[in-house]
Amino acid sequence: MSGTSIGVMEQSGEPVLAREPSLGDYMLLLKPRVMSLVVFTGFAGLIIAPGQIHPLIAAVAILCIAVGAGAAGCINMWYERDIDARMIRTASRPLPTGRVEPGNALGLGVVLAVASVLTMGLAVNDVAAALLAGTICFYIFVYTIWLKPRTPQNIVIGGAAGAFPPMIGWAAVTGDVSLASLALFAIIFMWTPPHFWALSLFRSGDYARAGVPMLPVVAGKRETKKQMLLYTVLLLPVTLAPYFLGASHALYAATAIVLGLAFLGFAVKVWFDEGDRSAKQMFGFSILYLFLLFVTLIADNLAARVFS
Amino acid sequence: MSDDRDRRRRIKNWALLAVLAAMAVLFYFITIVRFGGQ
Repeated sequence: MSGTSIGVMEQSGEPVLAREPSLGDYMLLLKPRVMSLVVFTGFAGLIIAPGQIHPLIAAVAILCIAVGAGAAGCINMWYERDIDARMIRTASRPLPTGRVEPGNALGLGVVLAVASVLTMGLAVNDVAAALLAGTICFYIFVYTIWLKPRTPQNIVIGGAAGAFPPMIGWAAVTGDVSLASLALFAIIFMWTPPHFWALSLFRSGDYARAGVPMLPVVAGKRETKKQMLLYTVLLLPVTLAPYFLGASHALYAATAIVLGLAFLGFAVKVWFDEGDRSAKQMFGFSILYLFLLFVTLIADNLAARVFS
Repeated sequence: MSDDRDRRRRIKNWALLAVLAAMAVLFYFITIVRFGGQ
């Protein structure tokens, strides 16, 4: 075991865990909060995709997206256990505290990843399975291992991993990748940088201690705020893409504009705020923003189906 | 082995059994849905 053996006792020369890990510890390894957002956006892709899917197959597709996301999070926690131990936000996770053995976490992640992709391929379709496999591999190899420790652009490119779920949900119904599903991808892709940079603004000390080159650590807070503002401005027209591609209607377009302007307002507030308060508010709103945007997308689509 | 450790391990074993049983049931119904029309 590496330098993460806090809470691990030595008995008879062999490392023994401080206590038997609980089911809750294993659940935490799957990053349930991230998983819930991924499931929600995957569900949105599945709902607005044109075509029919059996309810059971749809449920299996969502389950596979959830398990695949959890597996990727689990392997991410296994790889970053040393970094997590140095950050206040993550120091109490099951691996840095020694509640779960690293090997068990890796094993759980790999088994769940393989199981989710195989089940998606067998029960749903090959395209959805390939996208899920690509997402898991991208998150682990491109984001976690390659980009995150090397470049402040880590979450810009790495954000693609979190943007794939609506495409997977869409592909589960249609069996293909279309412009409208790429538009859903683009929304989350453009939303991720301001969302994460808001977090890293008020956690920059944490990232600096862990040696992670987040933008505020490398380029400073002023440059980070400028980039956040830029991405938030660009996000607004991108959120209207589903409307112009015919995948949504006026209700969604109007909501996207209102929400986009509110998000932009938060970014402007962050720009003028020398403290962390606005960044914390923007981080909180960013989650609500994405949730409301996709809720409206679903509601708009369902309403159009009911009234057509 | 302490009672607490024994209890946690027992819970995990039952949870694993439940997951495996759920998988078997799920695959049974997936098969019916996928091949039901043929």
